[in-house]
This record gives sequence, C-alpha cells and structure tokens, in this order.
Amino acid sequence: MLVPLSWLKEYVDINVTPQELEKKLFSCGFEVEESWEVGKDISNVVVGLVEECEPIPDTHLHVCKVNAGEKGSFQICCGADNVKAGGKYPVALVGASVYATAKDHKTVEGVMTIKKGKLRGYESEGMLCSGVELGVSEDMYPGAGYNGLLVLPEELSPGLDVKPILGLDDWIYDVSITANRPDCQSILGLAREVAAVLDQPLKEPSYDYHETDVKKEGFTVTVEAPDLCPRYIGHYVYDVKIAQSPLWMKRRLALVGQASISNIVDITNYVMLEMGQPMHAFDSEYVEGNAICVRRAGDGEKIITLDEQEYELNSNNLVICDGVKPVALAGVMGGLNSEIRESTQAVLFESAKFARDNIRKTSRALGKRTDASAKYEKGVDEYATVHAMKRALHLIEELGCGKVSSTHVDVNTGNSIEPRIMKVSMEKVNNVLGIKVPEKEIIRILGNLNFAPENKGDELILHVPAYREDMDSYPDVAEEVIRMYGYEHVTPTFMPDALVTMGGMNVKQKKELKLKKDLCGTGAYECIHYSFFSPADLDLLRLSEDAPERNCIRILNPINEDLSLMRTTLAPSMLGAISRNQKKGNLSGRLYEIGKKFIAKELPLNDYPDEREVLCIGIFGENESFFTLKGMAEKTAESLYVKFEYEPATKPYLHPFQTARILCEGIEVGYLGKLAYPIAEKLDLRTDAYLLEIDLKTLSELPSGKASFEPLPKYPGESRDLALVMKRNVTCGQVEKCIQSSCTYVKGIKLFDVYEGGQIPADKKSMAFTLDFVPGQEPFEADSVDHFVKKILKNLKNQLDIDLRS
Amino acid sequence: MNERFQSIRQEIMDGIEEISSSKAVYEFKKQFLDSKIGKIGLLMKEMKNIAPEERASFGKGVNELKEWAQVKFAELDEKMKAKELELRYETERIDVTMPAVENKTGNLHPITQMRNEIIDVFAGMGFEVFENKEIENDYYNFTALNTPKDHPARDMQDTFYLSPDFLLATQTSAAQIHTMEEKKPPIKILCPGKVFRSDDDATHSPMFHQMEGLVVDKKITLCDLKGMLDVFVQKIYGEGTTTRLRPSYFPFTEPSVEVDVSCFECGGKGCKLCKGTGWIEILGAGIVNRKVLSNCGIDPDEYSGLAFGIGLERATMLKYGINNIKLLFESDIKVLEQIDNN
Repeated sequence: MLVPLSWLKEYVDINVTPQELEKKLFSCGFEVEESWEVGKDISNVVVGLVEECEPIPDTHLHVCKVNAGEKGSFQICCGADNVKAGGKYPVALVGASVYATAKDHKTVEGVMTIKKGKLRGYESEGMLCSGVELGVSEDMYPGAGYNGLLVLPEELSPGLDVKPILGLDDWIYDVSITANRPDCQSILGLAREVAAVLDQPLKEPSYDYHETDVKKEGFTVTVEAPDLCPRYIGHYVYDVKIAQSPLWMKRRLALVGQASISNIVDITNYVMLEMGQPMHAFDSEYVEGNAICVRRAGDGEKIITLDEQEYELNSNNLVICDGVKPVALAGVMGGLNSEIRESTQAVLFESAKFARDNIRKTSRALGKRTDASAKYEKGVDEYATVHAMKRALHLIEELGCGKVSSTHVDVNTGNSIEPRIMKVSMEKVNNVLGIKVPEKEIIRILGNLNFAPENKGDELILHVPAYREDMDSYPDVAEEVIRMYGYEHVTPTFMPDALVTMGGMNVKQKKELKLKKDLCGTGAYECIHYSFFSPADLDLLRLSEDAPERNCIRILNPINEDLSLMRTTLAPSMLGAISRNQKKGNLSGRLYEIGKKFIAKELPLNDYPDEREVLCIGIFGENESFFTLKGMAEKTAESLYVKFEYEPATKPYLHPFQTARILCEGIEVGYLGKLAYPIAEKLDLRTDAYLLEIDLKTLSELPSGKASFEPLPKYPGESRDLALVMKRNVTCGQVEKCIQSSCTYVKGIKLFDVYEGGQIPADKKSMAFTLDFVPGQEPFEADSVDHFVKKILKNLKNQLDIDLRS
Repeated sequence: MNERFQSIRQEIMDGIEEISSSKAVYEFKKQFLDSKIGKIGLLMKEMKNIAPEERASFGKGVNELKEWAQVKFAELDEKMKAKELELRYETERIDVTMPAVENKTGNLHPITQMRNEIIDVFAGMGFEVFENKEIENDYYNFTALNTPKDHPARDMQDTFYLSPDFLLATQTSAAQIHTMEEKKPPIKILCPGKVFRSDDDATHSPMFHQMEGLVVDKKITLCDLKGMLDVFVQKIYGEGTTTRLRPSYFPFTEPSVEVDVSCFECGGKGCKLCKGTGWIEILGAGIVNRKVLSNCGIDPDEYSGLAFGIGLERATMLKYGINNIKLLFESDIKVLEQIDNN
C-alpha cells in the first residue's frame, strides 16, 4: 500500500524524520518494502526570476538573464513559448538533476545532469524547467501540465529550493500490511498506528454533514443475501455538479497513482484510500424502479462493467441490482449502465460490507481484481462502512458538488460498531511474553491503541474498537503490548520449566540418510525434483492406456499442464535431469532421487493417498552399463541389509533385453535397465542412459538384517573353478541359484568368463565360475570339496542340463 | 689341491666381471654353490675320496672357499639389486603434476545438507523428527491451524487443490496437528517436508521445503523462543550471530514474529547480501495460538507452545550464495558437485 507522508500528516503530527518513521513502522509490524522521496531524482532546482529575455534571431529561442537569488545570476537559453521577462520559473542550475524528455517534451526518457552549454553561439548556464522535467503533473501543481515552462507564483523569492514548493520533498512509503490487520489498509488506519507508536494524538477527519429535507420518495434497499452482505448503506445526493476535484484531492490521488476523474468519482476513490472502505456512486437517473436489491446473480445473468467488459454470472456471484437489472458486480466493479457521466445530476452512494470469501471467489472466477475487491478480500469492517459514508457526504459538502438528501438507507444484520469489552489479566499477558512489562507501560500502550484500558488490580478492562476484529484473547493483547514496547526487551531463556525429551531421527529416517550417503559413495549426486509432472511424461515413457502409472492424482488448478499430475513414477523427472545435463555438455554422470509417488485409493480423492518413498537412479555416459547400475542396486541392498535377486523383465521405456525386475524375498520391489533408444533419441541424449526404480516403502515392510559381526572362519577355505556348458537361454542367476542351493558351504560365486564359439556346440555357451568354499566349525576333510563339486554338478545337470566343459 | 681352489677362486673372480644382473648372479652362483652341480658343491662330494690325513686340510680349504664365495656372491647380489632398483625407479619416473585419477564421490542435495544440519542442532535440544505428508486434508492444512474457509490468510498461500477436501500441503505446520493429536506434551518436534504453492518465478518455486519446529510444554514464552533460536543461529551461522524479532502474522501463532539474523556476510555493518540493513530474514515463528492447541485436544490454560518455520531453500541459497531457486531443482551436475557434503 502506498502511503504519502504528507497525507499521514493530515491525521497525526510527525515529529521524526522520514527515515525514523520507517524504522518505527517496521518495529511495530508494518514493513516498509520501499520508500522514496517524491522528487528523488530532482536536485539543485531553485526559483528563478527572468530579468531580461531577448529573442535569438531566426530561432524560437530566447536568451535570458535569470536571477537565482543567492545562487547567482545566469545567462540561460530557453526554447519555451511562455518565457518572458518578469516571470518566475524553476531553474535547474549547472550540476542539477532533472528528467530528460523526448522531442515531444512530454515523455520522460531518463534523468539528466545540467551542464554548461552553448546554443547558437550563446552561453547557457542552466535550464528553465517544465513540470514534466521535474516530475510534476497538473494534478500535483496547477500549471505543471503545460507544455512549456512551469510558472511559479509572483511572491516566491528567487533562489528558494523548488522541491518544498512543488511538494517534491514529500515521501512515499510502500507498506506491507499483514492479513490480520485489514483495518490498516488505509491512510487513516495506518495513521492510527503511527499515532500510537509516536505517542501522538490522532486527528480524525471530519464526518459531519447536513441533510436537507429533500427525500427520494419511495426509494428502497433490500438485501436478499444477508450472508454475503451483512451491511448495506445507501444515501441519495442531488443537485450534483460534476466538475474537477480540488487540487489537494487530485494531488493526493496522484501521489498514490490514482488518476483524477471527476469530483464524485474522486470522492469514492479518495474515501477508499483514506478509510479503507470501497465506495460506489450510481447515477441515480439510471437506477430503475427506485430501488436497490442485493442478491445472488441468476445463472447466465450478464453484466457489463465500467471497463466495458461483459461477464456471464452465476449464483456464486453477488450483484447489486436496481428494480430491473444488475447495476454493479458487488465489491468488484460498478456497471457501465449506471456510471457517473458529465451529465449526472443525482447519485446514490453505496458503502457496504460484503463477505470476503465471496468477493475473492468472484474475483478469481472472473479473473477480475480491482482495488475494491482486494480490500474486500482482506476484510472490511463495519466501523469503516459507517464512517466512510459519513466522510463521503462530508466531502460532497466540502467540495460543494451536491446536496445531501435525507434519504439514508441502512440495511444491517445487527452488528454493533460500538467497542467490545474485553477483560485480560496482565499476568497472563506477561506470561506469554516471558518478561514483566511495567503496568504503566501496558496501560500507556493500550491507551495509545484506543483500547481505553481501565485498571482493576491485575485485570484490565479493554474497550476494543470495532475495527480491531483481530483482538480475541490475551495473547493478542500480549502482541499489541510487545510490538509497541519493543521486541528488544525479549531476553533469551531456555524453557526452564520444560521436561526433558529425547531427540533425533527415527530408524527409518536414519536408514534413508545412510542409503543416501552410500549412494553418494558410488559417485552419485542426490537430486530433488518436483512432486508433479506432465501427462506428456507418461506418453514419453510409452506407457499403455491402462498402465497403473497413468492413474495419477490430478491438480485441479495447476500452474500449467506440465505440472498437473502427481508423480506415479520418478523416471520421467530423472530423464529430464539427464537430458538437461547432456544439453549443458555433461555427458556422463550418476544421479539419484528419493521422492514420493502418490497412489490414490480412489479418484477423486476423498481419503489420504498412499505416499510411497521411491529410490530412482539415473546414470549415463560411455563408461556406464547395465552392470554398473546393477552395482548401485547391490550397494542399495547392502546399505539396507537386504538381498536382491534379478529376473529378466520388460518395460515399455527400457531396452527389451537389458532390463530386470528386482526382487527381494520373492517380492517385486523395482526394476533397472537401459533406456530404450527411441526415447533416448527423443531426448537428444548423446550417451546411453540407464534407469532404476526401487519402492523403498515395499522394501521397508520386508524383513531385513542388520549390521552384525560373524567370527572369521577358523579353518582355511578352498576355491574351485568350474567351466560349465549350457543352453544359451540359461541365465547366470539360475546357475548361481542352483549352485547356492546345492551346497551351504559356498560363500562366494563369481562369474569370470563367458564364451560362445567354435569350441562348444553352436546352441550353447560356456560360463566359468570361481566358487569359494568356506568350512564351518570343523575343517574340510581332504575330499570334502570334491564331494561338494560333484553334488553341485549333479544338480546343475538335473535342473538346468548343464555339463562341465571338457 | 690348492691350485684347484685357486683356479675356482679365479674363475669366480673373472666371472664376476661379466655379471650385470641379479638374475645372472643367481645363475653364476648356482654354477659354484649348488650342492648337486656346483663346482664347490662337487668338491664337497670328493671328500670321501681324499686320503684321511689330508681330509682335514681339504675340508678346511673347501669351507674357506665356500664361505669366501658366499660373501662374494652376496656382495655382488646386493650391488646388482641396488643397480636394478635404481634403474626400475628411473624407468618409473612420472610427471607428478599430471591429472589425478578420478575418485568420484557424489553429494547430498544442498537442501538435504541444510536439513541435516538443522536437524542435528535441534536433535541436541531434544527434538524428534516427523516428516509431513505432501498431500493434506483441508482441515489439517488450514482449519485446525486457525485458518477457516473465509480467512484472509488463505490468500497468503495459493493452494493447489486435488479435490474439494484434499490439497498439496502449503506449509509443514499441518504435521504439528497430526503430532499433537497423537502425542501429548511434552512435545518437541521438527517436521521437515515438501510444500507447494502456486508461484513460479526466479525467487519462487511451486515446490519448496520447509522445516517446522514445535514445542508444547508448561510455561513456554516468547523469551524461550528467542533463547532457542539464538542457539540455533549460532550453530548454523557461527558464534556471535544474533537474532532480531519483529512483529508478523500467522494464523496459527499469536504473537507471531519474523526472525532476522545479523548478517553473517558483513556482521551487521550492511552489505549487498543484507541489502544494507545488517539483517537477514530467515524464519517465521511465534507462540502457538490457543485455538490450535484446543483443536488438538491440548488444554491451552495448562500448556503453551512455540512454533517456528524455516524455508530451507532460502537458508540454503543464503549459505551458498545461490541466486536462483531453480538451480536447486535442475539437477545440473556442475552445480551439485560444488556443494560438498559437510
């Protein structure tokens, strides 16, 4: 919210510098996001009296002798058509800073510094300025809009700084207002806080006005939706004379960036800025049926708003209607049909309170945000509703732009705007804070905040103003006290009365961290990707229409389609990461993510879905292979104290013959494999990529071992190499499994050679293994291992038709 | 006899001159000292053919010769080995300035590192860790946290909805409620997690991480909050770091504060990082709203609590000087490899 210092001063005497005021606001809960002097770009510009003014032959220029008081007297060339001897104008001295304008002398193109110059052979030591060159518009100073010199009043002495004269020494604060303080969304509201923090009285604006005897006979207001409109005040104003607003009002509007339109419209805007209450004025002539009705719109009902946009409404939208049709979209914008025109002779003023949730929904649904809707969304209090109408009527009289009738209609659901009584214990207030704020201070602070505290021992009786809807209980009072008393009084303590608790991570969290660190040990970097992805990602994976991964939870209001589905697999995000890396020239690398996939029990959601932790690994580069990734899978198993088994499998996005499902205790827990080439091509990958996913939640539900110590074998073991010949479709895993189940003394099976070729039958292959036999409590007999090998070979023959290579 | 000894001796002396490797030493030595084929070994075998009266002096002579030869060969062997070692070293000369063989270790994600660091500090103070749900119920995310349907605070957070009742968690505070429903005071918990808001630009990401902290016990005050956070910032940002509290607003705490730390870059003098203010905003906190305690079945007249919420992205970016939040989610190895596990 933009707040001009000069406007604040209307309501409170400010006895500190603009910078100190900013600090005070900050300390009591109003962060000033930015602040600046109105004339921050203007310096060294003073009042200049043109004593001599001679035309330069054959040009539109004049050469002037300018008296700048104690700054000296200068020869200045000037091209403006309104320069004349005896006139007083702003003069930018050499070294001054002013705005540079384009050829049209209207468009500001930047800031410039005035230098000595020469024009047509005439020395020029400075520049006589227009309003635009000083950043002053017609609304801020009369005559400043003229495309020529800004004419200053006769009575000013040459040499005076023009900034205070033109209001360029004013300050603007951009204050952020927290959601609990809608009452501060106005200059007056903030002025209340400033008064409290500066220990100064608040000077309320004038609310008085005089009603004439004139009535708008038969005029009625009905509120058919009191839940959405708890208060509606209407007042009829006649003998309206549409004209320009006075300069002081235009100037204030201009300072906060609000264009001046006409006196009536400006009053509504001014009151909204001043009081925080949106106002509306209807041209009474266009209000048919001598009535106002506040109701929900009918389905399909239409309205054209002031900005000439047409909207189709439904029963969620609140409209203000006359006897026949909608004349305003409640709380958002007025209707075009009843707007204030040059010809307007009578108006109906509206000051109303609407349900904030309803205005927000309408504003969102129609994509229409206005200053009024923004205020309503945050909440307007009825205190302001009542006072804003009074203030508007006062301004009608002050500006002399109409007469206030005695037709005043106030539809009220019964809320009082009298202060609420609230009782609080000072001890409880101090117990929240942990310090003892002196009673005197508490009373002073709460008095400054208009709570009119009455002191009864430890108990305080507070009269909470109606605009402080946020005040509910003693912690609220504690906050009021400490933000004014100062947070620097809060001294550190460490829960002297608290009980001891045991801290730290639980087993699951520790396991996960260990796994992450172990994966880092394999050279992989941890990644974090968004929990949502795109429908296109599912297509990229070439998943079939009925694939379970397509059963995603959908975000109803996603930022865009690419971020619209909750992940059911982490693979697409990982592919995205690999692709981005390759585009940046990182052609090899290892990445992993532990994130969640979301499995709905039913759609649409009406229960918590299953959030399952998944490990996803993606590796790429010339040195990577299925087996380097498998090594990482094994590392994972080792980290989690489980054992994995692998079986050939297929996935629509992986290589048909380099893919395996991962099993643990016979249960499928994941997969790994090489990325299918067409997908790699689509992603412009320059090196092969491999993917793995393991459902960690499933794994965590399976039994796992733990770190334990097994004594080293007492007796030496023996190794045997076996070259085995088998059909080509027999897998290494099958062989290993068969060997393992044949002999419990086998503690290691290591494949060291695979051969296909001339020395063995064409349909066969040879695999050579080293088997490590480790004895138990007793040493092996001389021929024990030979017996084991015999048994193993027998089982291999029987189960897999495997022979020893001769 | 002596001539034979002498000639063997001479033969050895002559042969030595020709020897140029330890392998040749071994071969040459074998010609003399091998018990079966060596010339000196064979002399030993002749012993039985020597006349008994000469045996003693023959034996002595052979032994002397043998000992002499052993010493000679040992010396020679040592010399050759030394020469060979020198040669081997020479041939293995390298340019030590050539690049190292890579020994890659990956890194935890910068946010995980920050999260672990914070957990470590608070675990020491007795905080347990509870992870939040990413998909929350409207009640836990808002209503129980004192943010009813029409509350303006709902505007502060642009929520992603999944159904009328379910949404993506907009804050980790919902985990507070789940914990308080299950656990009675004393409670000290940390709830790290992913949260989501409909914002997407250079400083906002639609998904980001928060860490919520909650204490519920008897007589918890704003001073305790300050004391705890002072310890926290000193552990994370270094000794001498101080905090500043200033008023703020969150529906679930009252009073609510914004917590700034003295700038760890300039020590509070004012610099680019702290935009000249000497302070950096790091977290929001406050005394738990009485209504929130009541909503969880905890008597607010008996217990009070404090809560704080830290944005992990912001903390991480400040710590490492990362200027664009998107870098944290792009998984660029060139970025990730810079932020070493600590």
